[in-house]
This record gives sequence, structure tokens and C-alpha cells, in this order.
Amino acid sequence: METEVQRMICITCPKGCTLEILRDGDVIVDVKAGCKRGKDYAHAELTDPRRMIASSVVIEGALHPLLPVYTSAPFPKPRIHELMQTLRAAKVQAPVKMGDVVLEDVLGTGINIIASRDMTRI
Amino acid sequence: MKTIQSKYDVVVIGSGPAGLAAAIAAKKEGAEDVLVIDRDLEPGGILLQCIHNGFGLETFQQDLPGPSYAQRFIDEAVGLGVELLLDTMVLDITSQRKVTVSNRFMGIADIDARSIVLAMGCRERTRAQIRLPGFRPAGVFTAGTAQRWVNVEGYMPGSRFVILGSGDIGMIMARRLSLEGAKVERVLEIMPFLTGLTRNYVQCLNDYDIPLQLSHTVNRIIGKNRVEAIESVQVDERWNPIPGTSEIIPCDTLLLSVGLIPENELSKKAGVRIDPITGGPYVDDTFQTNVPGIFAAGNVVHVYDLVDWVTEAGLASGRSAARFATTVRNSEIRHIPLVAGENVRYVVPHELDKDNLANGEIRLQLRVKTPIEAPTRIEVSDGENLVTRKVEPYARPGEIITLTISPRAYDDVQRAGRLVVSAVKR
Amino acid sequence: MPQNYDVVIIGGGVVGCMTARFLSRTSLSILLIEKDADIGMGASSANSAIVHAGYDPVPGSLKAKTNVAANAIWDTVAGELSIPFDRRGDYVVAVGSEELPGLEKLLEQGRQNGVPGMHIISAEEMRHREPNINPAVSGALWAPTGGICDPFMATVAAAENAVQNGVTLLLETAFEGFILDGRKVAGVHTSRGDFGCRWVINAAGMYADAVMHKAGTHPEFKITPRRGEYMILDKAEITINNVLFPVPSEKGKGILVTASLHGNTLVGPNAQVLDDPEDTAVTREGLDDTWSGARKLIPGLSPRGVIAVFAGLRAMGNAPCKTPGVDYHHDFLIECDAEVQGLINLGGIESPGLTAAPAIALMVMDLMKEAGEKLEYKRSWNPIRPPRPRFHELNREAQDALIRQDPRYGRMICRCEEITEGEIVAEIHAPIPARTYDAIKRRTWLGTGRCLGSFDMPRVVEILSRELGVSPFEITKKGHNSAFLQRETKNLEA
Repeated sequence: METEVQRMICITCPKGCTLEILRDGDVIVDVKAGCKRGKDYAHAELTDPRRMIASSVVIEGALHPLLPVYTSAPFPKPRIHELMQTLRAAKVQAPVKMGDVVLEDVLGTGINIIASRDMTRI
Repeated sequence: MKTIQSKYDVVVIGSGPAGLAAAIAAKKEGAEDVLVIDRDLEPGGILLQCIHNGFGLETFQQDLPGPSYAQRFIDEAVGLGVELLLDTMVLDITSQRKVTVSNRFMGIADIDARSIVLAMGCRERTRAQIRLPGFRPAGVFTAGTAQRWVNVEGYMPGSRFVILGSGDIGMIMARRLSLEGAKVERVLEIMPFLTGLTRNYVQCLNDYDIPLQLSHTVNRIIGKNRVEAIESVQVDERWNPIPGTSEIIPCDTLLLSVGLIPENELSKKAGVRIDPITGGPYVDDTFQTNVPGIFAAGNVVHVYDLVDWVTEAGLASGRSAARFATTVRNSEIRHIPLVAGENVRYVVPHELDKDNLANGEIRLQLRVKTPIEAPTRIEVSDGENLVTRKVEPYARPGEIITLTISPRAYDDVQRAGRLVVSAVKR
Repeated sequence: MPQNYDVVIIGGGVVGCMTARFLSRTSLSILLIEKDADIGMGASSANSAIVHAGYDPVPGSLKAKTNVAANAIWDTVAGELSIPFDRRGDYVVAVGSEELPGLEKLLEQGRQNGVPGMHIISAEEMRHREPNINPAVSGALWAPTGGICDPFMATVAAAENAVQNGVTLLLETAFEGFILDGRKVAGVHTSRGDFGCRWVINAAGMYADAVMHKAGTHPEFKITPRRGEYMILDKAEITINNVLFPVPSEKGKGILVTASLHGNTLVGPNAQVLDDPEDTAVTREGLDDTWSGARKLIPGLSPRGVIAVFAGLRAMGNAPCKTPGVDYHHDFLIECDAEVQGLINLGGIESPGLTAAPAIALMVMDLMKEAGEKLEYKRSWNPIRPPRPRFHELNREAQDALIRQDPRYGRMICRCEEITEGEIVAEIHAPIPARTYDAIKRRTWLGTGRCLGSFDMPRVVEILSRELGVSPFEITKKGHNSAFLQRETKNLEA
């Protein structure tokens, strides 16, 4: 049985620790990390990598033409391109409150697109 | 038409995270009239264009986008009855705390403040300050200018980018531009190490296959009207170009993310003394400058790495400003200087009031000169004897290190004539 | 049929614009053409902003003659045209005793050129007058008639007054060739078609030689671009209130350190001979030269204070001085062409060209009279160009009154130089509309401060787009192919 050590930089917090993952093929034998969040990150990154995505959608009737938005949870990394296409096509109307759901269950992921701030109607 | 009073307990200049926090804390500390002045049409400062997440992990234990972080403080300030004077430029501040403003609806107006909090933040270093050679075409922008266009105003200033500087703003813009369909050809960094956070290297550059070149800079901007290409070059440890290493990288836009400078032109008008290392005012542990009643907090004092620390400094300065405005002051302040020792570039505050340690811990923030990728001892001594210390897993110039002096060290500090802070490998 | 004018002036630099302005007093119909998107974008856009006293040019040269003559009328010209100008005098500073003889030579040269009021002051006096001066100063030449001006407004104001008085200005109109009637000027071909005329005034700056060659005259005349690199230092970092030259060497006037009318300190230029008349790139080596030259005069300059760098080109000619016995080969060429009737050449107008421009314009009128043109002065001519308000130059009461009259003066766009929306809008709707970012920058000094426009750029693009009624994608930095923006963030198709 051959195990190999893989290194990975943790992005959970600003510290940016280097994690050491002991693997046997696809099986993760052990993760050396400074905290539990780091361990969880390593497992997730190897099996189902996800990222928080912040972007914007077109808004009408507000001070600015774009409303900043973000994903309610980390979003599957391979589908980010699709997500961006969806956001490009979206359009909302002012007023909007911070936390409003702009798009629900986007691309069937169960993840919502949330307004990052208030935008009043002008 | 907006009308304001001619006198306030506390006037805060700038409505970014430091200013909003200062206003909130001042109000909570008992200041009756608190006014926040900002040039922009809406409060929130640069956070409004920082639409990426990663804010608030310390303050709210949540991963928030910049606008959400700002919104929470805006809502709280407004809820507390803080007055906002927006779309307004502060033209002048005097050492007697007279604030002269100009705007469209009031013309020129004078406001008397019992105390002032300077929270103007910082600006970006430009191509001139790094003496970038070549033509001066359209298409050379600071990262922040591009960020404003892309995230707030809805315009892309180019389609093929080169970014100079591996600071967080540069890397975060690299990701934003990639997400919005632009091609980021390269990120160049003159230092032999990454200057921003490592996690941003992973999630902003690696994720989008954007190459980073350390010890590289822009040797020449090519294109007379619009950027057509840049010539990159490798540099030695003294930043001199190494012959034979230049490369032409075709692009239409060069973004500069080459450092931030505290914005203190107003502070100087009021006679506030500026530290040439930080570029910000000398402050004591209450965030008071050398001018009585004028406080300063946030990036105007020194450039922070995390907004959470800016908020904390804002809160502290706001409390101090409210106390100054509302109470009789003890004129006997016994300040001792805090000095940057071995491998410490600077430490803030610059001095502290020995007596304040009786009221609670005092927080120091510092940056190291050179990176140490190993456990590092951060020590405070009186020059000979240790006052306090802590160990950090590593020490990087890009990340601020925080250290607290606890009231337990009261007696040691009373004996000290100064405090020296050092950061050395354990 | 081509449109006809009496006079076509090629080149909207300070020489062409001043010539247009002085000629606008006459009943002649005048067309001023400029290849770029704005006037003053060539050599006039990057120089030391000095109104020279006139001790530097070789005695007997046209440079000396026009410099001294123009210096004497600068107060009048600047007053009529509202050009910011301050005759605060200048110094040539000797460092070390070996440089002292150089001052005597300049003093004598100045006397020959007719420069009034010059004298040599002691090292001690110099240290007193400029506390930042190199302590090794050994003495200085004081020339009270030297001054500093706003070189961009000199060009804009002259052109604007010309337009007020009936001159037609066509921008983005490149000269392409002559229409000749035998050896006599009959018109010009341009990128906007042909124009008939009896006179062509060649004020083409860097391309004055090419214009001559198109007419088949002066094959020997050649313009050599000489680049000069400058740095601007933040007013908050150091305050130099004087105009300080080093003792000149064979290489030229050397690197000066001077106050500017906007409070910043300007240092430069070095001198580098080039082939490319468009090469205004700054170089690492050039900036190093400039910096070390400046530090020779003011050792305390700090690199932290540098807020802008730029390069300008000098159109150095090879015209011999026509005064007998003077051996000098880089003189101005100011003449009625001997080969082509109706062509007036203004060639090799490098420094002190900005200073000399009004005198050159008056010489042009004399040349035309000598050639038999009867110049009739219009009664309707108005020599006054009214100034537009500059917010930061006003006292608080006047600022307040201005905002009440027009609230747009209450919105600050450029925080470093304190330029308001009202001033920008006024320049966009001026007699010569500022249609690009750089055009507004040259007129208001917006974006020249320590942030170099980082904050104002999005605002200015928005204001230009709104006021000109065009899409923001059409707003440019300096005309053709220099747009700021490419597409909407959310629209990949564009």
C-alpha cells in the first residue's frame, strides 16, 4: 500500500496555512491542519471543491446600474462559469434590501443569490 | 435642502468602516451630536466597491461581502441618530477644530467640533510614485479605479489585463475581471514574495489559471494612445532590471496595485504631525494625534490588512473623541513612546498613556520588515527587561500583527521610559 | 470648390495659437488646423512653464531677440488673455567656486541681449532667499524679469481669443500637402479636404521641416526631437518658491527646479536626442538623470514627494543664425520663404518658444507687411479673453457666492487639486470645447495631483459623456484610439 503526501493552502481564513493530506489513491488517510476548519476544507476541496462567489446583477431604478450579490453558501467550483452566465442575464428592480434573495436555488444547486446591500429606488 | 447645526460634539471625516465605527462608538459613549461627513453620494467608503466576500470574520464571525459589512454599520449609525452630511468636501480643518466644508446645497459652511475623528482612509500609489517608464496612454489605471468601474458603475475598462502588484486588491481584481469575461495575462510582483494574503493567491489566481511572476516588474508601457503591451522584466534583490529577461506581454490595460498611502492632506492643515514610516498621524493609545481633540483611525493612520481591525480602531477613536467632547480632561498625561525594534517596520500607537493601562489592556499593531516563515517571537521590552510577549506561527510584512499589553504589566510599564517592540525567529 | 481663407495656420501649439490670436486683429480670414484632438498637445503640452528673462540665448540670435521682446509684453498678453503668470524672477545658481565664472558669462550675455535688472548675488543671500538650496552654493545670478506661467492656458487662451475674434479652428485636421500656383501658395490639402488660401503659416512644431519639404523648400532644414523628462513633487512634501537654474553647460540649460503656479515643484528636463518625433515615453535612465540634476540644486528633495513624471519634446532645428559673425546653428527660423511665395516658416521653435510666442506672432505680422500684405485692423477686435472661475483660487466668500449661483461648483471632482464639477462643465462648453480627459486636465490641472486622477477619472468620464451627449465608450483620454472603457460589465457581446 502506497500513501502519498499532498500539500494544499487553506483558504478558510486569512492565515493561509499549508495543509498536509495523506492519501492512498482516492482515499484520504489523514489531514494535518492547524484547526478543524482546515481539516474540513481539505476534505471538501478534494471531493467537492466550492467557492463563495460575489458578483453583481443589473438593477433598474437605483443610484448605480449594478447590485452587488453573493452566494448564500460556497458554490460548486466547476459550475462557476455557468453561474456567471446566469447572473449576466439577471435583472432586478430597485428597491432591494440587503439579504433579499435575488435568485432562488440557482442552477438547481440549492444555493440562493443574495443582495449584498440595500438599494433604494430613485 | 439639508440643514446642519453649526456645532457638534464629534465630527467624523469619512464614512468608511473607521468613520462609521467612530460615529457609532461616540454616540454610544454619550456624545449627543455626531456628524459624519463624506465626499461620496452614499456612506460606506471604498467597501461599497469591494463587492468580494471575506469581510467580517473577526467582527461578525461571518464571511461577508464589503457592501454587507458596510451596510450593518450604516444601519446602526443611522439607528443611533448619527447625522450624515454626504456629497460634501471638507476644505479645511484648523487646530481649533473648525471644519470648513463645501457642497452643492449649503455652499461654504463652517462647523465647530468639540472633537474630530479623521477617517479619510487612504489612496493608491500611482505609476509616478514607482516611476514606471514608458508612454502615458489610456489604459493604465490603479486597481481601485478599475474596481469602481467594474463593480459599481458597470463598465469594463479593458479586455486583456496585466496587473502589477500581488497585493490583495490586485489579486481580487484579477478574479473579478476573470469572472466578468476578461483575460488576465499576468500578475507581476517586484518583491520575491507574495505581498497579499496566501489564500487570495489560491482563490483569485490559481483558480483562474492566472500566472504570477515574483521578482518581476513593468519595464516599459508600450502604446501612445491606448496601452498596446507592456514589457516585463525580472529584477535582482535591489530591484534593478536583469538584462536579457524582458518579455513583451500584449495587453490593453495595466492595473496598478502597488501600495496604499494614508490620505493626510487635511490632517496636515490642522497641524497634525505625520509619521514618515506609516504616512499617518502619530497617535497615542486613545488614537489622539498631537493636536488635542483631533483623533485619527483606520487607514488614515496606517494601512491595515483586515477591515475588522479598522472597525476596532474606529470604535476606540470614537469613544475617545466622545470622552474628549463631553468630559473635563486630565491634563497630566504621562506618555511613553513605543519604538519599532528589531525587524519591526512600525508599531501603532506611537505612544501610550501609562495610566490608561489601569483601565484595561492596550492593543498594539505592528508590521514586520522581512518575512519569517517560522514561529516568531513578538516581544515588548523596556529596552532591557521583557514586558510582554507572544509567539506567532509566522510573520509576513503584508499582515498586521496584533499584540496586547495586559493590565498585569502595569507595574513594569510604570517603570519604563519607553517600550521597544521586536519580532524575531524563535 | 474648396473653402477659401486668406491665411491657413498649420499647428495648434502655442506658436500657432498666438499667431492666430495676433492676426485675428486684422480683417484677414484665418483657418487654424491641428492634427490632434485638442490644441497644445505637442511640445506645448510638456515644458518647464517658464517665461524666460532672455540671458540664455546666444546674442544676436532670433532666440535672443524674440525672447527679450516677448518677455517685455508678457504682462500685457497675460493680462488680456487671463493667462496665469507670475513674474517672480529667476536664479542661476552656481554650486562650487568653479561655476562662478559661468554666472559672469551669463550676466554679460544678458546685458548684450538687453535683459534688464540682472545682478549677481552672494551665496549667503541665495541661501537666505532659498533655504533649501545646496549649501555648497557659491553665488547666483538674479534675473527679476523671469517668470512662471500656465503653459497650457497660454495656448488655450490665445486660441480661444482668436476664435472669439473670428478665426476658424479645425481639430483632428492634418496637413497633407500644398496646393501651389507655380511657386506661390494657393491652398492646402488636409485630412478634411482642401482649403484655398494666399498665406500658409508653418507652425507645425516637430513637423515644421516636413511641411517645408512638401513645398519643395529648405531641403537642408531638419528638426531633431530632443526629449526632456520631468518630475512633479507634491506641494505637501516640499515648498520651493523660486525658479532655480543650474549654470548651463554645453549640453544646454540643465535641470532646473522651479515652483509652479499650482504650488507643486517641477524638476527637469534632461536632454536626449531621438529619431521619433512622437516618443514622449519616460525612461528609467532619463528620470535618474533628472533626479540627480535636481538634487544638485536642492539636495533635500525626497523621492517620496514625486507625484507625476512626464516627458516633452523640443523641436530643435538646424537654422544658422543670420546675424553676421555669430556662429550658432540652432536658431529659430522665422521668415517668409524665399522659394515659395506666401509661405511663412516658423521652424525650430524650441525653448524659449513658449516665452517668445507673442513676439514671434508680431514678427509674422511684420513679415506679411514687408511682403506687401496690407493689414487692416478690425475695430471690432476684442483683445480680452474673459477668465473662467477657478474655485480653489477664490476666497471662501467668493466660493460661497459661486456655489449659490451654480451649485455644480459645490461638488468637488478632483480632491487633490480641488477642481469642481462646475469648472469641468465650463471647460466642456467653452469657445474651444474640452472634449477629452487630457483637454480638461490641461485646462484645469485636474488629475495632476498626488492621486493622478484615480478618484476623478470615473467622474470625469461620466461628466464628459453627459455634457457632450455621447456614450461613455466614446470618451477618450486624448482623442483617437484612447477610450477609457470597452463594454458594460454585464454585456459580453459588445
